[in-house]
Amino acid sequence: MPSIAKPVAIHPSLQKNVLGLTMRDYEGAMSTLCAGCGHDSVTAAIVRALWELATPPHMLAKMSGIGCSSKTPTYFVSGAHGFNSAHGRMAAIATGANAANRELTYIGISGDGDSLSIGLGHMCHAIRRNVKMLYIIENNGVYGLTKGQFSASADVGSKSKRGEPNRMAPIDPVALGLSLGATFIARSFSGDKEQLVPILKAGLAHRGFALVDVISPCVTFNDHVGSTKSYLHTRKHTRRVTESDFVPPATEILATIGQSGTTTVTMHDGSVVRFTGVPKDYDPTNRQRVTSYLQEHQGQGEVVTGLLYLDESVPDLHEMSNSPDQALSKVPYDKLCPGAAELAKLQEEYR
Amino acid sequence: MHQLLRTRVNDFAVKLANVNGTGSASANGLLMQAIFRMGIPVSGKNLFPSNIQGLPTWYEIRVNKDGHTARALDYDLIVAMNSQTYARDVREVREGGYILYDSSWPLDKSLIRDDVTYLGVPLAELCNDHFKEPRERILMKNIAYAGAMIAALDVDMEIVRQLLDEKYSSKKALRESNLRALSLGYDYAKKHFQCPLPFFLEKMDTTSDKILIDGNTATALGCVYAGATVAAWYPITPSTSVMDAFRGFCDQYRRDPETGKNNCLIIQAEDELSAIGMVIGAAWTGARSFTSTSGPGISLMGELLGLAYYAEIPAVVMDIQRVGPSTGMPTRTQQGDIMACAYASHGDTKHILLFPSNPAECFEFAVKSFDLAERFQTPVFMLSDLDIGMNDWVVPRLTWDDAYQPDRGRVLDLGQLEKLSKFLRYTNEDENHIASRTLPGVHSNGAFFTRGSGHNRLGAYTESPDEYQDVVERLLRKHKAAAKFVPAPVIQKRDRARIGIVTLGGCDPAVREAIDLLPQRGIEADFMRIRGFPFSEDVEAFLNEHDVNFIVEQNRDAQLRSLLVLETDVAKSKLRSILAFGGFPLSAKNVTDGILEQVGELTHAIDR
Ligand SMILES: Cc1ncc(C[n+]2csc(CCOP(=O)(O)OP(=O)(O)O)c2C)c(N)n1
Ligand code: SF4
Ligand SMILES: [Mg+2]
Repeated sequence: MPSIAKPVAIHPSLQKNVLGLTMRDYEGAMSTLCAGCGHDSVTAAIVRALWELATPPHMLAKMSGIGCSSKTPTYFVSGAHGFNSAHGRMAAIATGANAANRELTYIGISGDGDSLSIGLGHMCHAIRRNVKMLYIIENNGVYGLTKGQFSASADVGSKSKRGEPNRMAPIDPVALGLSLGATFIARSFSGDKEQLVPILKAGLAHRGFALVDVISPCVTFNDHVGSTKSYLHTRKHTRRVTESDFVPPATEILATIGQSGTTTVTMHDGSVVRFTGVPKDYDPTNRQRVTSYLQEHQGQGEVVTGLLYLDESVPDLHEMSNSPDQALSKVPYDKLCPGAAELAKLQEEYR
Repeated sequence: MHQLLRTRVNDFAVKLANVNGTGSASANGLLMQAIFRMGIPVSGKNLFPSNIQGLPTWYEIRVNKDGHTARALDYDLIVAMNSQTYARDVREVREGGYILYDSSWPLDKSLIRDDVTYLGVPLAELCNDHFKEPRERILMKNIAYAGAMIAALDVDMEIVRQLLDEKYSSKKALRESNLRALSLGYDYAKKHFQCPLPFFLEKMDTTSDKILIDGNTATALGCVYAGATVAAWYPITPSTSVMDAFRGFCDQYRRDPETGKNNCLIIQAEDELSAIGMVIGAAWTGARSFTSTSGPGISLMGELLGLAYYAEIPAVVMDIQRVGPSTGMPTRTQQGDIMACAYASHGDTKHILLFPSNPAECFEFAVKSFDLAERFQTPVFMLSDLDIGMNDWVVPRLTWDDAYQPDRGRVLDLGQLEKLSKFLRYTNEDENHIASRTLPGVHSNGAFFTRGSGHNRLGAYTESPDEYQDVVERLLRKHKAAAKFVPAPVIQKRDRARIGIVTLGGCDPAVREAIDLLPQRGIEADFMRIRGFPFSEDVEAFLNEHDVNFIVEQNRDAQLRSLLVLETDVAKSKLRSILAFGGFPLSAKNVTDGILEQVGELTHAIDR
């Protein structure tokens, strides 16, 4: 709530990025979420990622639906436009926004209720359209804002605060993304900033739709013993399958890439994702391999994290539609209107 | 029999009964277009089923030298090409009328009426003798009956030939077979019947400054001229052809000659929730964007329309109305979405509505929709319908003023933003209660948080009653202010008329005809066609000036009347309803019958 004044403490890091901005310049209003909520850690990771990437604040568009998670765009980059829309509809609204102005950087923040129940269809279709945006699901297995009902990501057997087990199979956004042809799929944990920040940066550099599922525990409704989305459970069962870092477009660094034991993927904007640690039987560019690896390991109750799958070869919505490089919203009107003479000519066909 | 009918020139109605999917549309369209080219006022109404192949479909052509081309309910000639509906079609011909049928098979005795004339043409036999392919035989049967009608009604054969030349300029073989089929019917009719029939055509000069176009095509063209660049939709009859046409025009006009890129993006959405979401998103980033839909889509869009209203984001919705509720009758026409659009979404919402009456107004109002949506930063609905949208209408040629510049509303530009210290979204209202807005990507000073949750005039989250009311009360004032900007009502007055007849949209020709017919029955009435909501002062003044107003509309619940009751101070007792809502275009008879009955009741009540 912006009515709450922000304490004027000096941020430890007053270091400036290439735009001359400090991390503070990427912060937003004070969070009104519960103390300890995983979502706030995701916010912190976003702030760091954007600061490191030196994204100009006014070129960022922060999109969200409704939920505790969807409130978080208020808490970062107050110099950017934000759109806290309607429950489940963010993907559709972001698609339209992106259609009209592809020059902006889009971050969508959603919850597991927002994305996997009420807005599932929109998310799937945004994946299919490969809308260029970073799409983060702050996944806590419950509806936080409506006070703790199970969401569609709750695992079978996971217990509610009152002790009732969930019996329905979960919708796993990672598995779903793989089956829908998503071109960038990652899973991380709100408590693992070290892993999350480079993933977010890679997602922002991605050519199309970057799906990032972040396990982000709800301390108030889903952090008890018996819940599979608690801090404890997540920490205990996490398997960091891929180690990756993000190298911005810069030739000196490129020289070190390609050393033995690493896989690199050059992103559309010239930056590089370097996989520094990947199991032998794993290939983050092979959809089938990734799918079977995940099935096997998640079947054993592991929470597999990392930048899991990446494909930079698929065109995004605009490339598929052959739209101009510049924002459609900026095309001058005289290029859009055929004019009076043409109207007169055209009407000969309606005689 | 001929003697029963007086000779009538350019004044008759024909009904063609066909089977859906047999290719009758091109024969029927050919006749309609030929009459149009003969300079005669004409209309063609396609009454088609929600089916791809096999169900009955009708096409009605009305010719009227005085320009009354609303649907007629008396048919002088029925072309009975569908044995499933023979009985019903035969019943519908007026006494002394004609029935043209395929005499390759004998007519059942039960279909014989002794007050009509039967024109048997062995269409199937003729076509079987002259064409080899089964599909071709079916198609050419239609062209053959068109040939017989050309003879019977004295359609100008030269014009028909020219139309075929134009249509098949690159398909010589098709042109030849069409001509052959036409002659089969034509020659047979000339030889066996007394041609022309007592009602026939004669060239006039009323259409040289007109075009023949359907409302959906004109709507799409309006969107192109308005400069819309993002369109999102989900297919639904009868709106689909809006987007089909928009795509076609974009192929023609929006490919950048220098870069080869498309200056538009059309997205087939996963549903209407998404379609309106995309429109809102695109408008939020500054593009002119729209969707086209019909009633079921409007229902689905409800939540986000409220978001756009409350957060003040432009959106243009082309609602091509069909018969509801629910799936209703998808291929039949109605004006059933007036209330649903006026107050779309939960909470206190009110929207701007435009009501075009024909394709020419669809073009004009489509452009207007974008200007209003951006000026007032709110959703605007253009309520067309299946009759306007999918039937070809004769309308004045569309015109365009090259001086036109889109009204983008109060959007702060870079220069203005650089001078601002802090942008406060819902402050700084103008005389129409519109605040200035900013677009993302221009300057950090313009950044703000768009939200559908409670906000104060600064744009900040609020749960304070005063702050909340402050904003929604301004929204109400803003909506009222739009009354001066929507198209003014069309009003036509007679001397000393005490009765007003009020209508909207595609009811226009039927109501005008009724107003011309009523004096013969002793009733003089003034005419008003409402073209926009919120209602202007002119609308209210007209209603107040008349002792009684008949509100003619195509829905069960008198939705326009209800809206007038709610949104004007006119006494409810002054507003009476004439309703026709079965799904077919309105005819003057619906109006005159309704008014005569109610006037009878009224005078009866006064007498007592
Ligand atoms: C159409 C609609 N239905 C229901 C709601 C109520 N609602 C608000 S948030 C929410 C669930 C949020 O869950 P999630 O997306 O997982 O976010 P979280 O709060 O857990 O971060 C619901 C059901 C709503 N706002 N709109
Ligand atoms: S209810 Fe849960 S999800 Fe919502 S803010 Fe509190 S901890 Fe976070
Ligand atoms: Mg949740």
